[in-house]
Amino acid sequence: MSQPDLLAIRNLSVSFPADRGRTTVVQNLSLTVSPGETVALVGESGSGKSVTSLAVTRLLDYGPGRIDAGEIRYRDRDGTVRDLVRENAESMRRLRGPEIAMIFQQPMSSLNPVMRIGEQIAEAIVQHREIGWSEAEAEALQLLERVRIPDARRQLKRYPFEISGGMRQRVMIAIALASRPRLLIADEPTTALDVTVQAQVLRLLRELRNDLGTGLLFITHDMGVVAELADRVVVMRGGERVEEGSVTQIFGAPVHAYTKSLLAAVPVLGSLAETPLPAPFAIPPEKAVPQDTVAAGAPILQVRDLVTRFDVRNAFGMLNARVHAVEQVNLDIQPGETLALVGESGCGKSTLGRSIVRLETPRSGQIVFDGKDVLGADAEANPELRRGIQYVFQDPYSALDPRLTVGFSIAEPIRTHALRQGAAVTDRVAELLELVGLPTHFAARYPHELSGGQCQRVGIARALASEPRLIIADEAVAALDVSIRAQVVNLLMALQRRLGLSCLFISHDMAVVERVSHRVAVMYLGQIVEIGPRQAVLTSPQHAYTRRLLAAVPIPDPARRRRELAIDDSEVPSPLRAPDDNPTVAPLVEVGPGHYVARHPVGGSY
Amino acid sequence: MTAPTIRSPAGEFWRRLRRRHTALAAGVVVLLIVLIAIFAPLLAPYDPAAADYDAVLQGPSLAHLAGTDSYGRDILSRIIWGGRISLTVGLVSAFAGGLVGTALGLISGWAGGWVDTALMRLCDVLFAFPGILLAIAVVALLGPGVANVVWAVAVFSVPVFARLVRGTTMALKEAQYVQAGRTIGVPGSKLMLYHILPGALPVVIVYMSLRIGSAILVGAALSFIGLGAQPPSPEWGAMLADGRAYLGVADHLTLFPGLAIFIVVLSFNVLGDGLRDALSQRLH
Repeated sequence: MSQPDLLAIRNLSVSFPADRGRTTVVQNLSLTVSPGETVALVGESGSGKSVTSLAVTRLLDYGPGRIDAGEIRYRDRDGTVRDLVRENAESMRRLRGPEIAMIFQQPMSSLNPVMRIGEQIAEAIVQHREIGWSEAEAEALQLLERVRIPDARRQLKRYPFEISGGMRQRVMIAIALASRPRLLIADEPTTALDVTVQAQVLRLLRELRNDLGTGLLFITHDMGVVAELADRVVVMRGGERVEEGSVTQIFGAPVHAYTKSLLAAVPVLGSLAETPLPAPFAIPPEKAVPQDTVAAGAPILQVRDLVTRFDVRNAFGMLNARVHAVEQVNLDIQPGETLALVGESGCGKSTLGRSIVRLETPRSGQIVFDGKDVLGADAEANPELRRGIQYVFQDPYSALDPRLTVGFSIAEPIRTHALRQGAAVTDRVAELLELVGLPTHFAARYPHELSGGQCQRVGIARALASEPRLIIADEAVAALDVSIRAQVVNLLMALQRRLGLSCLFISHDMAVVERVSHRVAVMYLGQIVEIGPRQAVLTSPQHAYTRRLLAAVPIPDPARRRRELAIDDSEVPSPLRAPDDNPTVAPLVEVGPGHYVARHPVGGSY
Repeated sequence: MTAPTIRSPAGEFWRRLRRRHTALAAGVVVLLIVLIAIFAPLLAPYDPAAADYDAVLQGPSLAHLAGTDSYGRDILSRIIWGGRISLTVGLVSAFAGGLVGTALGLISGWAGGWVDTALMRLCDVLFAFPGILLAIAVVALLGPGVANVVWAVAVFSVPVFARLVRGTTMALKEAQYVQAGRTIGVPGSKLMLYHILPGALPVVIVYMSLRIGSAILVGAALSFIGLGAQPPSPEWGAMLADGRAYLGVADHLTLFPGLAIFIVVLSFNVLGDGLRDALSQRLH
């Protein structure tokens, strides 16, 4: 085997203990990373991509996994080539940090919550280099500035819980850089982040690679991110490499059927710019035919001046501040229409959805569903009011009782509302399972026996069991793999076609939103800043925040890679305000047919 | 990638428990003791109340394996019969306390507000007394006797279970699947019954098994100070009290009932620990 420039994995196999014997989760994997090169390891959950990264750092040793065969050749700073499979624990410990560093998906759980940020970075520096503490702290400041943390000097003194998720991930990168690694392994580093923050972090990683010549092994399931960042791509499935090539090859002329289907399932923002109607994903045999499901007549849901705020009290029960989660929101949804509610985390889009089903108690405003005022009535006493609007949650596992079978969970709303009696309940459950594309014998299974996609289908079946007219899908496809996501989106759209359902589709994923929605509402700091027909909002956004949001969406096409974008590093301001400091809300201004935009200043940047 | 293995929660529990050999052994001992208590009339070699003044304070022998007491009664037979009383005290009081405590905890955690405050202050009051003092107070109020001992021990078990279940209820109340139930319109009582109670049950079961041991101990202690089982009924604590006068002269009078208490309480505690470990892992 030729000597690698930086990293060369050859015929790597990793197994985990199973009930009988062992399960191989990575099989015969080979890949190389050169200095200054970004290699993306792409695959869906369970494809073995994270296990591969754990094998390289040998963090695998701290779990039940075992390297069965293969070699991981690594050329260190002194030019010696070592086989990481055979290194002992102590020399691996020396390599981790100064040579190979890692960034994980969850920046909160990877930082020590009781240590100041500056101390954590300085600690990483003195661990690996012979310098004093004050020198290390000075360097920590430089690193924070390097990862573009605004007001770095002040941030050094803060604790992880005081800063946002995007900032935490940047601190993690700063810690990884503290030891000046030559190989950086990033395991889904932007998956938990908002698009605008993701764009900032990706740009940062690109700069670091160019400036420091760091080799980057980037693990992700997001083809958009791959197209933005990678030089070469390795596609994994079921522990095996199915295809490898340059990023242009993989996107331009994929060879393997799996790569092709993976790319087909990736939503591309702008692909429906020509039509005002939503269209399902073109997964063979289905075709992407635009569907017109909106019925004329009175709106099924009217939200008027809805306000939901949360009080923040101190230890003595005194009011300190308020979170203005939803501020005077107005929106209508027609029968058969999908309204997408987009915005970044903390903008109040979930609270709005939860307020509509009264999981939160709105402070004021009106919610009229099917001509009836829902807020006035006592919801606990009148379960019938709950029936018409159903909620589909983001995490399909936690929304189902783990101790009850799928069948029981689906039957629960049928029994609660006495929609069927006796044996008819079972028939209805079977019917619903078929409707969402699951075999009927799944009724006897428990949620933990299902995959994420199957579980979300159960969640949808359960929502449909009440025979609702409006479904609120709160990031319902965000936690799913791309191919599964496309299937579930298509399922929701097929159900809309068949049953004439209305849908409030809460999402941060603009490309999916383009697929499903008739109209789009953009939320920022609790207010709707732009609302209008999907085509108008996405192709000619009128509000500065909408434009920023759209600009940050990664495009899964390496040919359209944005070289140097004007991405501002500013943070979204907090919706937390002093008790009597209410934000100004003005009526939206009409800029096109049905297209309204906020012209008044909405806190912070806009 | 091969298909994931499928295990039911019950199967998973059994798989975990099976590996804990001490807990399993304790479980077998508990089972044996229960069987012995049930079949006491068949197993006891002598009538536990029959005095034999020709064989007073005899040490262990082939005729009397655990010796005889000051009235010449066979101690082994008395221990075997006494198991019935001790187990009844332990099981009934732990079960009654657990039942009431679980119900109160569910209500307290679910309702919140003033209901929660009132119930928890009540528990605080009960907590403020050492358990044995509380039990003595109850027995003093109701009069001595095994039945009253059962209630006394049950009363001081209530707040522990209430606290335990309240905590779990409050956590599960915020669980997404309970919220999902709300959006469907499932009434509160059903949410508690189907979604919250099953989640709290493992803790209750574990704690109950631990509680049985301490209930037996308290029951014996009450009998020892003369508030529980009255002579001549063969209660282990009462037997200890009888034997106390002969310490140094005839140690077997206290040794064997003491051993019986020791083994039973230890078995229940070890079993409880094992159950806790086997149930502790959350469902995936």
